[in-house]
Amino acid sequence: MNKRNSSKGTRAEDGTYDSANAFHNLSGFEIKEVYVPEDIEQTEPERDLGRPGEHPFTRGIHKSMYRQRPWTIRQLGSLHSPSEANERIRHLLNMGATGISLCLDMPTIMGRDSDDPLAEGEVGSCGGVAIDSIEDMRSLMEDISLDTTSINFVSNAQSSVILAMFVAVAEERGVPLEKLTGTMQNDILKEYQAQKSYYFPPRPSMRLTIDTITFCNAHLHRFNPISISGYHLASAGAMPIQELAFTLANGFTYVEEAIKAGLPVDHFAPRLSFFFKVHNDFFENIAKFRAARRIWARTMRDRFHARDPRSCRFRVHTQTSGSSLTAHQADNNIIRVTIQALSAVLGGTQSLHTNAYDEALSIPTPRSEKLALRTQQIIQHESGVTHTVDPLGGSYYVEALTNQMEAECTSYFEQIENLGGVIPAIEKGYYARTINDAAFQYQRDVEERKRTVVGLNAFYETEETDIDLREPDPQFETEKISALKRLKESRDPALVKGCLDHIRDACRGTENIMPILIKAVKHHVTLGEIIGAMRDIFGEYREDFIF
Amino acid sequence: MMKKRKKRILIAKPGLDGHDRGAKIVARALRNAGMEVIYAGLHQTPLQIVRAAIDEDVDAVGVSILSGAHNTVFPKIMALLEEADAADILVFGGGTIPRKDIEALKSLGVGDIFTTGTDTAEIIRYLNKTLER
Repeated sequence: MNKRNSSKGTRAEDGTYDSANAFHNLSGFEIKEVYVPEDIEQTEPERDLGRPGEHPFTRGIHKSMYRQRPWTIRQLGSLHSPSEANERIRHLLNMGATGISLCLDMPTIMGRDSDDPLAEGEVGSCGGVAIDSIEDMRSLMEDISLDTTSINFVSNAQSSVILAMFVAVAEERGVPLEKLTGTMQNDILKEYQAQKSYYFPPRPSMRLTIDTITFCNAHLHRFNPISISGYHLASAGAMPIQELAFTLANGFTYVEEAIKAGLPVDHFAPRLSFFFKVHNDFFENIAKFRAARRIWARTMRDRFHARDPRSCRFRVHTQTSGSSLTAHQADNNIIRVTIQALSAVLGGTQSLHTNAYDEALSIPTPRSEKLALRTQQIIQHESGVTHTVDPLGGSYYVEALTNQMEAECTSYFEQIENLGGVIPAIEKGYYARTINDAAFQYQRDVEERKRTVVGLNAFYETEETDIDLREPDPQFETEKISALKRLKESRDPALVKGCLDHIRDACRGTENIMPILIKAVKHHVTLGEIIGAMRDIFGEYREDFIF
Repeated sequence: MMKKRKKRILIAKPGLDGHDRGAKIVARALRNAGMEVIYAGLHQTPLQIVRAAIDEDVDAVGVSILSGAHNTVFPKIMALLEEADAADILVFGGGTIPRKDIEALKSLGVGDIFTTGTDTAEIIRYLNKTLER
């Protein structure tokens, strides 16, 4: 093996290294040499920090945090086929995972059945599970306790249909809906802003989101109907400060919409949940969580007049940064994930997903996913960081950074406000432009070695060692398509047509669509058929692609 | 003396996969390097990509795939270009593509594949060199 360490570090080798840039965090804030009491003299502990579990929740949403409520160790249980995903979920739970996230494959994400010509080559892709009908939901959930296992469906534009299938399966199994636990990601705004998995224009999409929130509010009291997600914004390139500001602005938009739909704020707000990314800058991550809690609490109380303290609690699931993982020297990702995960814990997350080290190359192997899970268990049970609440509270640096992030958010809120709010800002291309610029800047910083990425632009090796990767199942797509065709042929066409007509009528009107969808999925109407019927009425969203 | 024609490049995201960060970064880097770049946007079928390549009279098509559908999409694009008598258009690619698949794609006529972590300067050098010939 002809390995050579061709770099001793960016600074020594590269004469153009801009030393001033070495002390900026990922949001571009200049970091001082040392932080002193004067840096936080405007902070009033009583007003700005409070005690853990008390307004404004800067130090955490619970009084004793991890001493009594350890964060949920939530790992990705999806695999291409529902039955294999079911096995993987049970395996993760057996190994000590305390929650599960489920990704969907690209066709399901885009509202297409496995037999759709556009799905070719992508059935079961991206480590996601292919869900065509209630049959798939049944086998996905087989022998999994629906009232004790917290399942987070990473489902967005198709959330109403996935929720309908989940509810229908729970009803079949006799599980009372008010006992169902888990989360539907269901955040359509960030789809237009970053992840780009939308079908309809923003208005009808928002209506579906509000229908699901209203339905859960009435029937699924322990279920989170939405997880307002900054993760995808950050993955598309948004800086941490932008992730923070855009996520909160989206959150406020959902609150406004739900209030407009007639829901009292304290009825639905306690079940709103969030999803953040932790990237490489350790303290910046921590400050982001603390600032988020403070801004959310203050805005919910002062602007939306929430009276229930639970409405003011920013509850968050976190995932380590997939986009920070390198294909080069992939083993190094184990360390990146560990550091990021620790920052999420010190930031006070309620739930955490640690990425597997081989994700820049393929979907995780059993070995890599186990290691990711064990990483969290070591932090939770061995490191001692859970012994006291918010151990970094009062740090001059952390408090100053928290204040700075809160202040910077205001200018983003103003920009969005000046464009007419979140949806007009989407339509005017604001998010696409802002995020593209940040992504390009980051790439340039890496290429110009202003940001060091170990193994990529520093300490690199000319020859890479191959690691074992999970092989895709080449038969799966064909098998899934034939099973779906058999299912479609076994149904009564008149019944299917009746359900789809009913869905179209509901789309034209204003009644809550959920009961109609639940009935349809019970009659084996497929996800692709339902989305197709909705598309007939709502139309498709088209954006101008800019780069 | 005739002004030298700028290189024209189509950047495309085939299939349903929406991971477009890399495609857009490459598009911008190529434009900054003086090339004319057309970004076809998301959710393009191989046929749409090939038609756009021909209509726009491009010198090369860059295809970005992160969904694992590379072994389905690239052969289709290559065959459609061949059918349309446009096999002179260079096809290159990028995304999450395992190393063991890259040789097979190259043997179909795909120029090169740039995976995660590639410096955009490397892609620019590659296009400048390959399209000069």
